[in-house]
Amino acid sequence: MAERAVAERPTGDVILDVRNISLRFGGVKALTDISFNVREHEIRAIIGPNGAGKSSMLNCINGVYAPQEGSITFRGRTFDHMNSRQVAEMGVARTFQNLALFKGMNVIDNIMSGRNLKMKSNLFQQALRLGAARREEEAHRAFVERIIDFLEIQAYRKTPVGRLPYGLQKRVDLGRALAMEPQVLLLDEPMAGMNVEEKQDMCRFVLDVNDEFGTTIVLIEHDMGVVMDISDRVVVLDYGKKIGDGSPDEVRANPEVISAYLGTSH
Amino acid sequence: MGFFIETLIGGLMTGMLYSLVALGFVLIFKASGVFNFAQGAMVLFAALAMARFSEWIPQWLGIESKFVANALALVAAMAAMVVVAWLIERLVLARLVNQEGITLLMATLGITYFLDGFGQTLFGSNIYKIDVGMPKDPLILFEGLFPGGVLVSQEDLAAAVIAAALVALLSAFFQFTGTGRALRAVADDHQAAQSIGIPLNRIWVITWSVAGFVALVAGIIWGSKLGVQFSLSLVALKALPVVILGGLTSVPGAILGGLIIGVGEKLSEVFIGPMLGGGIEIWFAYVLALVFLLVRPQGLFGEKIIDRV
Repeated sequence: MAERAVAERPTGDVILDVRNISLRFGGVKALTDISFNVREHEIRAIIGPNGAGKSSMLNCINGVYAPQEGSITFRGRTFDHMNSRQVAEMGVARTFQNLALFKGMNVIDNIMSGRNLKMKSNLFQQALRLGAARREEEAHRAFVERIIDFLEIQAYRKTPVGRLPYGLQKRVDLGRALAMEPQVLLLDEPMAGMNVEEKQDMCRFVLDVNDEFGTTIVLIEHDMGVVMDISDRVVVLDYGKKIGDGSPDEVRANPEVISAYLGTSH
Repeated sequence: MGFFIETLIGGLMTGMLYSLVALGFVLIFKASGVFNFAQGAMVLFAALAMARFSEWIPQWLGIESKFVANALALVAAMAAMVVVAWLIERLVLARLVNQEGITLLMATLGITYFLDGFGQTLFGSNIYKIDVGMPKDPLILFEGLFPGGVLVSQEDLAAAVIAAALVALLSAFFQFTGTGRALRAVADDHQAAQSIGIPLNRIWVITWSVAGFVALVAGIIWGSKLGVQFSLSLVALKALPVVILGGLTSVPGAILGGLIIGVGEKLSEVFIGPMLGGGIEIWFAYVLALVFLLVRPQGLFGEKIIDRV
């Protein structure tokens, strides 16, 4: 994985442009004047120590939080406020840091629920299982099976997700997001709490998604090692401020980044 | 023996009616994580609407046919329940997204008082009757097997069949349709549901409308049996132990719980009652629920509560 040189990957125009975002919770400044952009097909990482504001940033893009200042431009449309559902409709999917799977459902149903926006038949057609609704359900089911194969979780299809080990739950979470056929995929600490083997698997999935479906990926991590291997460009946050932005090598050499991670004597 | 079976069947019929009310609780809890204390009030409201519309509509439109009047009243009462569902979503739930369960419970407590009062303001507070042509004569079965046969109320039998059909329909809806899946998704996690583009507000209106429909069916059946009056909203209190018994998240649990309580209270009243001086029927359900809370708090079919440490 590490040997994939950044230059090899064709990245396109700016798809997501974040400008001067500031977010406060009462007196706490979670984000201060953050700007960065994401290009099509790239893997863009947001890193920083704990409490740097990474998740807040993601939640702004996802429409969970409304920043007090700044704007977000997605595919040429600029917003200063939007809600999670609109964001989903525009083709942005996300995974969650603290798993937010539908615990009462099995793996198939969890991933199927990601097809929600693609379902065209209405309530009554579904209730009566009319031909069109049934065919549609079957087509979605076939798509979900492809995702299940892709994520190598065939054996757990019918298992309630609550019973799966943590690493597999993370895969289901990713699967549900993939079911939306997103243009941009937001991953909130996809490797948190995983062992080395699980991390490698997850890295492989992220790279494959990016390769095979051409999905743009924005991911958050606080573990620098993993991210540097797979990202094209990296934004570094610390205490809600941007302290670095560039290729992994540039970021690694940035003295401010080093001091944020290692601490320096002033 | 004939008498035992008669009591048993009588219990099953009453139980089916408890199940119907309990089903309303389970539906809303499954789909929105809200313990809807207002279910009883919704039954009363629906029954009042049905009773009065079936009285008013023939006057307004000059319809003679009882069947047409009842059918129109049914549609009007259902429309009223959808409006109630929509208003509850608009005015209450939409403002309480992502709040604690206890906050939502308190909100439904408020809705209960409002619906009780508002329903009687709109429709009047006398005792009304609903007559949808339920058969009233008793049926005598198994005459060859037991001396005198077994006496079964046709009205109860019809009610049980309706309830069973309704349950089968709802279970299928939840399990096998995309909308059913979206409802379950919202129940599990509001935020995740929003992130995959499920519209919370529309789902809530659907859920409460379905619960309103169940309340309407329960209201019509109870109402044609006992008459429509304020005490109808207290039927809901009998459904609480049913829900505890069956598990808050289980549709089959609500059915079985209702049957167990219906049968249990009838049999114990008849066979144990005389030893204790009677009146068991009134408290039997609650004692049974208490025992269940001690032994099996998740109920018969509820999801087992496991905490990851």
